[in-house]
Amino acid sequence: MNATRTLATARRVLLQLRHDPRTIALLLLVPVLLLVLLHYVYDADRGAFDFIGSSLLGIFPMVTMFLVTSIATLRERTSGTLERLMTMPLGRGDLIAGYALAFGVLAVAQAGLATGVALWFLDLDIAGSPWLLLLVALLNALLGTALGLFVSAFAASEFQAVQFMPAMIFPQLLLCGLFAPRDSMQPLLEYASNVLPMSYAVDGMTEVLRHPDVTGDFTRDVIVVASVALGVLALGAATLRRRTA
Amino acid sequence: MMNKTGAGAPGREPAVRASGLRVARGGAEVLRGLDFTVERGTVTGLLGPSGCGKTTLMRAVVGAQARVTGSLEALGRPAGSPALRRRLGYVTQAPSVYTDLTIRQNLDYYAAVLGVPRAGRRDAVDAVLADVDLTARADALAADLSGGQRSRVSLAVALLGTPELLVLDEPTVGLDPVLRRSLWGLFHRLAAERGTTLLISSHVMDEADRCDRLLLMRAGRILAEGTPDDLRERTGAASVEEAFLRLVDADEKEENENEEGERKAKVTP
Repeated sequence: MNATRTLATARRVLLQLRHDPRTIALLLLVPVLLLVLLHYVYDADRGAFDFIGSSLLGIFPMVTMFLVTSIATLRERTSGTLERLMTMPLGRGDLIAGYALAFGVLAVAQAGLATGVALWFLDLDIAGSPWLLLLVALLNALLGTALGLFVSAFAASEFQAVQFMPAMIFPQLLLCGLFAPRDSMQPLLEYASNVLPMSYAVDGMTEVLRHPDVTGDFTRDVIVVASVALGVLALGAATLRRRTA
Repeated sequence: MMNKTGAGAPGREPAVRASGLRVARGGAEVLRGLDFTVERGTVTGLLGPSGCGKTTLMRAVVGAQARVTGSLEALGRPAGSPALRRRLGYVTQAPSVYTDLTIRQNLDYYAAVLGVPRAGRRDAVDAVLADVDLTARADALAADLSGGQRSRVSLAVALLGTPELLVLDEPTVGLDPVLRRSLWGLFHRLAAERGTTLLISSHVMDEADRCDRLLLMRAGRILAEGTPDDLRERTGAASVEEAFLRLVDADEKEENENEEGERKAKVTP
């Protein structure tokens, strides 16, 4: 790992995005608009808005970073730039960390804006600190980046990469406790939800919603999400090959 | 061994040395036992029809090709050694640049990756921009460039680290004659002034005479190697193209005879 090369990569990824202002606008504004929509959908049920709204604050960064990363790295693989970088003195870790850093910056902006609007304009009522919400959101973004990077190795086209989103994210969304409490599911599904990282992400958000202090469960959730993200990033690094057929 | 550049420094092994080089791809053998050398400081052309294995050979030299067997050395080290990554430059057939960055942003990034120190990065980028004659377009988005300009950006990236060995996969295909002449001029300047070795592939035979030495390839094998004059003399042909065609004919004839021989051997009880 080399700091100069990692930072140069992060800077390059952000510069690429800067030339694409529409993507940036969509990334930043869509979560906010969806929260506004949700606010009025649960016009009569503030408790439901608080629960679903805070969970979504964690889910948005994961989904968007998954999509952005899988397409960006797929492009890198198919345009020949990855092959070229792999013949240069760039470590695989430098490339992965560069991507994670760049999309982490973007995730902070996205989650910061969405959380700010939810708390101040939509009266999202949470017991804990908004900084903890941001922390979970950032880790979720990292997890989304890691998953996106990993699946891009198995996608031969952009069509396939986009289809990995429902395949990887939707099952987690259905099982994470947002639609039905996890302990009320068919036991097999409950076990499945226990090993899926999004369950812990949503649980972490719920802990912040309900408790003013950092709870033991919250700490566990943060550790689980962070370790899964790092583990998948390492798997992603393993899919970058210097030599290909 | 004669040393063309006359530097006489120790360790001046050939820029590339292959023996028994084989590559398998998808069950088929794409390179079928190659033996050749590329001398330092020369412009060596790798010529042959599309699909004969030129790109695979180049990828093997830069260490991007999987399933390489036999022996292959670049700059005296096994191809693909980490130490070679800052000593050689590789230009893929399709321009591998970021189309959503400007030319300068592309070069800045690759310079950082190659380890050009921050203080010298701007000068390094300006120098390669001048080399490929794109100084005036430095701040244009790569997506807005013509195909020829984009492939020159890709070439500029390879020049950044002042590599000792440059591997260029069809760098002049699709360019106009004026530009082609100026690029070949650049290639020879690099060889003469910096002692750079250039291995350049092409399927256009009229570029053969611009090379110091040639490797003629067909169907995963080297048909012949030598200077353009050598090859003409050896085959009694007037042009390299004709020499190549005569070599191909002879090769085909030999192949047919071998096959026929095999068939006969099967028929006889």
